Amino acid sequence: MNKVVANADEAVRDIPSGAMLMLGGFGLCGIPENCIASLVKKGVDNLTCISNNAGVDGFGIGLLLENKQVKKMISSYVGENAEFERQLLSGELEVELVPQGTLATRCMATGYGMPAVFLQAGYGTEVAEGKEVREFNGKQYLMEMAFDSDFAIVKAWKGDKMGNLVFKDTARNFNPLMAMAGKITIAEVEELVEPGELDPNYIHTPGIYVHRIFQGKDYEKRIEQRTVRQR
Amino acid sequence: MALNKEQIAKRIAQELQDGFYVNLGIGIPTLVANYIPEGVNVVLQSENGLLGMGPFPFAGEEDADLINAGKQTITTLPGSAFFDSAMSFGMIRAGKVDLTVLGAMEVSENGDIANWKIPKKMVKGMGGAMDLVAAAKNIIVAMQHTNPKGESKLLPACSLPLTGVNCVRKIVSDLGVFDVTPDGFVCIEYAPGVTIDEIKAKTAGKLTISPNVKEMAV
Repeated sequence: MNKVVANADEAVRDIPSGAMLMLGGFGLCGIPENCIASLVKKGVDNLTCISNNAGVDGFGIGLLLENKQVKKMISSYVGENAEFERQLLSGELEVELVPQGTLATRCMATGYGMPAVFLQAGYGTEVAEGKEVREFNGKQYLMEMAFDSDFAIVKAWKGDKMGNLVFKDTARNFNPLMAMAGKITIAEVEELVEPGELDPNYIHTPGIYVHRIFQGKDYEKRIEQRTVRQR
Repeated sequence: MALNKEQIAKRIAQELQDGFYVNLGIGIPTLVANYIPEGVNVVLQSENGLLGMGPFPFAGEEDADLINAGKQTITTLPGSAFFDSAMSFGMIRAGKVDLTVLGAMEVSENGDIANWKIPKKMVKGMGGAMDLVAAAKNIIVAMQHTNPKGESKLLPACSLPLTGVNCVRKIVSDLGVFDVTPDGFVCIEYAPGVTIDEIKAKTAGKLTISPNVKEMAV
């Protein structure tokens, strides 16, 4: 078993143009910075990206957008990115807006081997258009489908060479769900350790879900809204 | 005088009960955390994966890995817990979160809410709003009673794309407190200095005045 790759370039080597990718993170928190940079360098295009947000201008998925590499975004909130809005209004970019809990649960369903889930969110709104509605206990639910994603790219705090992952604080967010949901899952970690160094009681993502792992470098970890209080 | 944002938040904070798990939306709802009554312990949920959200960090102690749903740097309190986004919305969906406070652009007399999209103008996405309004057992809307043009935001039917249907139970606006009932909006409190006539004039949806209506204590 050898899941360790040297770097991000090697991890994303076989991601083709037109692929469907899941990218972990919430805002800029817990995003796979190294793999995004490698995808920009590689120049693959026509990507469908499943990610809660679309980065900001000049960082995160914003870099892929500026480089015109994204055909479609599947996201819950994209309000931080002017280039995104420009491409959307000009028709260059497709977008499927999905309620955040529905997005998370569709990722979860994918990783749990469930084809669909029934969720109330969006019933009676434009999100419900074209979806099957089922009634349970007098309430209406939308049938929401699992994803068919070729690759999932996640960022963890620590990982071992078996692919076991631990996330830090709210940088966990969508990462463990997407890690379960890729046909091929790539994990970049801040600290890569030997098997046995992580306590099995505290593993968030078991290594069975992770196909490639590497220690990332030069994490910028930008903060979107720096809020502080006075001492 | 109509209430300012801080006063709206202060009035909503009176709804908090000891032991509540609470999700506060972005904007006025966030301010509610500043007015939690003495002796009332609540746990704040942030839907990006945290129970037990604390105040903003001191300058120099910000951590990019620790943010709230508004992407602001925050802290944790003793007893807090992190989890993934599916569990976060799972606990909301299963009714474990006692109270959700969020803003709105429009609310209709049957409790529909619109707060995520203005066609051709604002396309930012719904974030977690649709999940929250579909599932929370107790939703309070914090909002201005009228839009900048002076038009009522409490309507017979929403004109903007909906976030959820028949889900809002209570509104605290700058003019008063309103229950949303099968019989439309019921004014149960008015802001100090605001007249019932002003509330009637600025409410486009079906409105009744509770026989027990009283001045708001803020």
